[in-house]
Amino acid sequence: MIEFKDVSKTYQAKEGPVKAITDVNLTIPDGKIYGIVGYSGAGKSTLIRMLNGLETPTTGKVTVNGQNVSELSGQRLREERLQIGMIFQHFDLLWSRTVLENVEFPLEIAKKGNKKERQKKAEELVKLVGLQGRENAYPSELSGGQKQRVGIARALANDPKILLSDEATSALDPQTTDEVLELLLDINHRLGITIVVITHEMHVIRKICDHVAVLDAGRIVEEGPVLDVFKHPQQAITKRFVNQETSTGSAQDTKTVVQQLLASHPDGVIVKLTFHGDQAKLPIVSEMLRQFPEVDMSIIEGNIHQTTEGSIGSLYIQLEAEQGQQKQIQGALDYLNTMRVETEVINSEQQ
Amino acid sequence: MNNNSFASFFQFSNVNWPKMWEATWETIWMTVVSMILVAILGLILGLILFETRKRTSIWARIINWIVAALVNVFRSIPFIILIVLLLPATQAMVGTIIGPRAALPSLIISAAPFYARLVQIAFDDLDHGVIEAAKAMGATNWQIVTKVLIPESKPALVSGLTVTAISLIGYTAMAGAIGAGGLGNLAYLDGFQANNNAITMMATIIIVIIVFVFQFIGDYTVKRIDKR
Repeated sequence: MIEFKDVSKTYQAKEGPVKAITDVNLTIPDGKIYGIVGYSGAGKSTLIRMLNGLETPTTGKVTVNGQNVSELSGQRLREERLQIGMIFQHFDLLWSRTVLENVEFPLEIAKKGNKKERQKKAEELVKLVGLQGRENAYPSELSGGQKQRVGIARALANDPKILLSDEATSALDPQTTDEVLELLLDINHRLGITIVVITHEMHVIRKICDHVAVLDAGRIVEEGPVLDVFKHPQQAITKRFVNQETSTGSAQDTKTVVQQLLASHPDGVIVKLTFHGDQAKLPIVSEMLRQFPEVDMSIIEGNIHQTTEGSIGSLYIQLEAEQGQQKQIQGALDYLNTMRVETEVINSEQQ
Repeated sequence: MNNNSFASFFQFSNVNWPKMWEATWETIWMTVVSMILVAILGLILGLILFETRKRTSIWARIINWIVAALVNVFRSIPFIILIVLLLPATQAMVGTIIGPRAALPSLIISAAPFYARLVQIAFDDLDHGVIEAAKAMGATNWQIVTKVLIPESKPALVSGLTVTAISLIGYTAMAGAIGAGGLGNLAYLDGFQANNNAITMMATIIIVIIVFVFQFIGDYTVKRIDKR
């Protein structure tokens, strides 16, 4: 288990003290993938570096595997670090070593086994991350995704209990990002290792994380299971992050269309429906139309996304009814609510 | 032989070859021996400069200040003056002020600070992320030096050493002029002072060849070890 207790960090800059982290309290359970999302400068890197003592908190306590990391130093700290693997945005491989030698590096540091045993262990890890055949290549001969695979193999060399991922996919293209995320997920399932991920991409959170914390200006502003946060983002910044991921890049277009429809059809009702889990796969909307035949519906925009805990979909629709049948619309919305579909009526003020 | 015509530079029949080869050997010996010692000393000094520069402890600052001051002072003394200044020290250390061995202290003291700066620059140029990664893996400072700093900056260390070795060859010629032996000595005494231009010419050609060979070996080594 990892625990941050009342952790704050203040840097002494030339212009005066700068507060990087303020009163962070977090508990990260074993075996989970925990994401910390925030914009650059929010303090993510500082926070994750406290877990292996590369940074120390000014006040508060960081506990990893029952050890207060911020109190360790010298040999004890180095031993603790062997238990914590880390991967980096720019991979940080040794270019003078081959793939295999890079993976052997942490074993040499830990002074584990002889040359032959280290080599054997490294070969297994290279295989685990899917790089067999490239053992003797140098990092300069690898693609970004392959380099990060080496980074992951290297981070796993000393059988750590925790893997820290510092923007590990931020330098990769979307396709490669997904491949690396799959690998991390696979490692989490196979080895049961706790993974702490920091990122500025909600995509990463959605793809692999169980829990997420949103960091804004050094404070945790929101925290919870990924699906909950996606369904009910509380803070404005969280909504921005969720929108960045759930809207299909057309948020602005949707807004414009909604605006136009509101103006041209003042009697119509525009509703945002949110489906999760199995509802996303049921024909709820067509059932609604059958039950309320007086209601006309037009679809504005819709999408669906997969998270580790299930799918989450959203649908923007416009509902209209003949004069005198307005009650039907309310009935349709009530029906949706009984089917546990969330409805949010959008009116012009919200725009 | 009292002849200053252009042709006199090429009357190689006037060259005493056994003496020429002996001088060549002395030059190579001075260069190689001082180069090895400069490499070791420069590496240590460069490492001290690199390691103490970013630390905040008072001791690190004092050490950095002292080493940086020594390096800068010895780097700025003209070589020919340094030899003269070091004559008493050379006498005490080597037991003589004549011959190739006597040239070593001044060669090393003038070239090591130069190389130390190149070593420090090579370390500074390394990606800081790699050092942090090693730290995150639990590496000791010594492991970082031997497994990260030195191997990762090897091409820069070797090309720096090549540059240093070539200026050392130039220094050996200067040292030769005041009695250290080698090609510089031969060119000065038997060539210039005895007015035997062919010897000056031949010594020059051999020195140029030595420089070329060093440069070639350096370039080739860098190319082979640079996997970036």
